[in-house]
Amino acid sequence: MGLIDRKLPDNVLTTTVDSVINYCRKGSIWPVTFGLACCAIEMMACGAAKYDLDRMGIIFRATPRQSDLMLVAGTVTRKMAPVVRKVYLQMPEPKWVIAIGSCATSGGIYNTYSTVQGVDEVIPVDFYVPGCPPRPEAFFDAITALQKKIMTEKVVRK
Amino acid sequence: MINNNISEVITVNMGPQHPSTHGVLRLVVDIDGETIVNVEPDVGFLHRGTEKLAENRTYHQVIPLTDRLDYLSPLSNNLAYCLAVEKFFDVKIPERAEYLRVILAEMARVASHLVWVATHALDIGAMTVFLYAFREREEILDMFEVGTGQRMTSSWIRIGGIRADMPEDFFVRLKSFTDKFDSCVDLYENLLTNNRIWKMRTIGIGHLSDEDVQAYGTSGPLMRGSGIDFDLRRDEPYGIYDRFKWEIPVEEAGDTYARYKVRMKEMREANKILQQALEQIPATGEVMTDDPRVALPAHEDVYERMEALIRRFYIVSKGFKAPKGETYQGIEAPKGELGFYLVSEGEERPYRMKIRAPSYVNLGALNKMAQGHMLADLVAIVGTNDVVLGEIDR
Ligand code: SF4
Repeated sequence: MGLIDRKLPDNVLTTTVDSVINYCRKGSIWPVTFGLACCAIEMMACGAAKYDLDRMGIIFRATPRQSDLMLVAGTVTRKMAPVVRKVYLQMPEPKWVIAIGSCATSGGIYNTYSTVQGVDEVIPVDFYVPGCPPRPEAFFDAITALQKKIMTEKVVRK
Repeated sequence: MINNNISEVITVNMGPQHPSTHGVLRLVVDIDGETIVNVEPDVGFLHRGTEKLAENRTYHQVIPLTDRLDYLSPLSNNLAYCLAVEKFFDVKIPERAEYLRVILAEMARVASHLVWVATHALDIGAMTVFLYAFREREEILDMFEVGTGQRMTSSWIRIGGIRADMPEDFFVRLKSFTDKFDSCVDLYENLLTNNRIWKMRTIGIGHLSDEDVQAYGTSGPLMRGSGIDFDLRRDEPYGIYDRFKWEIPVEEAGDTYARYKVRMKEMREANKILQQALEQIPATGEVMTDDPRVALPAHEDVYERMEALIRRFYIVSKGFKAPKGETYQGIEAPKGELGFYLVSEGEERPYRMKIRAPSYVNLGALNKMAQGHMLADLVAIVGTNDVVLGEIDR
């Protein structure tokens, strides 16, 4: 639900306000630190000096309450799935999810009794990043795609 | 009137979503005020069923699974597994492959310790070290990429040798890396070793005596930091480690600071091994054994001889059979003794694969290390334990 309901058509006022808000959101995506397995190490490498996520306004937060993006990096097991869902539900709207690595997208090489075959079984996912683990460049690709998506969102009148 | 002698034990939960548990470790902590009474690790949040999965894979297909156990040093795991399988066959590894294995394993050790120092310092509050350590780690990963095509999980060490020879560029880069790496370690030590905050947070924290080490069976830096001089590379040599000269760092104190010093020194010693290996490595040569039981036939043969074609087809589609029996091979992985125990029923796949994961055993000593310390020190103690959940939960 936006600030105004869909009573009025799109006009120059609402779209301008939308794009200002979206522009701000896009420049300060704060993901929750949620490393699960091997892919999390590549996520750390993205945050370090060479790739430097900070330059895109991305700062990892330790608590879901302060974040708007969840990077699910790693294998989601059956024991972990309730926790993943709980952390997702604790995040305030608007929120997005990127599934990183083949484990989070589809279970990857682990087609066993204990792994969830893709995190989209428990939470909605916006972007999938393939690779085992994906290169940091692939992370950036997903984040640029997310920024594009954020720019198309309607905030004021939903 | 306030009674100051009341003591009340409460239970708090740490993890599995916690930035400094290094993955998905859950700790159930009983505290009395701020003092830790008891810590109980709850593992299994990353249980992926690797051991079970291995029972349905051929011996070659298991190698990618081993990469993802201790994902900070995938090539050490490859090495341990391949050595265990090779014990079934008694294969002779070509010289050049032996050297390349040592080079890859030692690079993995350095990379793993770099992540350790980065995250350990980050947990305690020193952000700078993280950025410097990852700068060097990126260089190692770039070299892996040049040599193997993958940054982390390359599965490059295969049964009977390594997958393929390294390009010239790999050796050039490695040479310049080893030349300067000692000064990089100096830089980290400058930031930490005499840092007052670092010393206050680490000296006397998480003490393990040498009896404790033996009782809990911890290995690697957790053992050498408590004054026990033991290293599988020297005491139960595998590969060609007997050809290099290096020292095994031992510290007596048994606390977090001592283990920090052991690991820093280990990086320097690994660098020494790398330098010697680069000097001694034969300039050319095969990197895969020609033993027909485990190796694929050469390409030229496959094009010309029917038997070679059939053999190749057989190994690729069905795998090779291992003789009946069981083997165990332990290596000195960055975290401690990493062992693979394989049981074969004479089939193409292992009947049972048991992984002796160093982190799992080391985690057993966590309670002993943490008791009596402040809750805030638990972060330092988990960091010095250097756990990797991939191999704990498997
Ligand atoms: S996709 Fe690959 S690298 Fe990522 S968590 Fe799964 S096994 Fe590990």
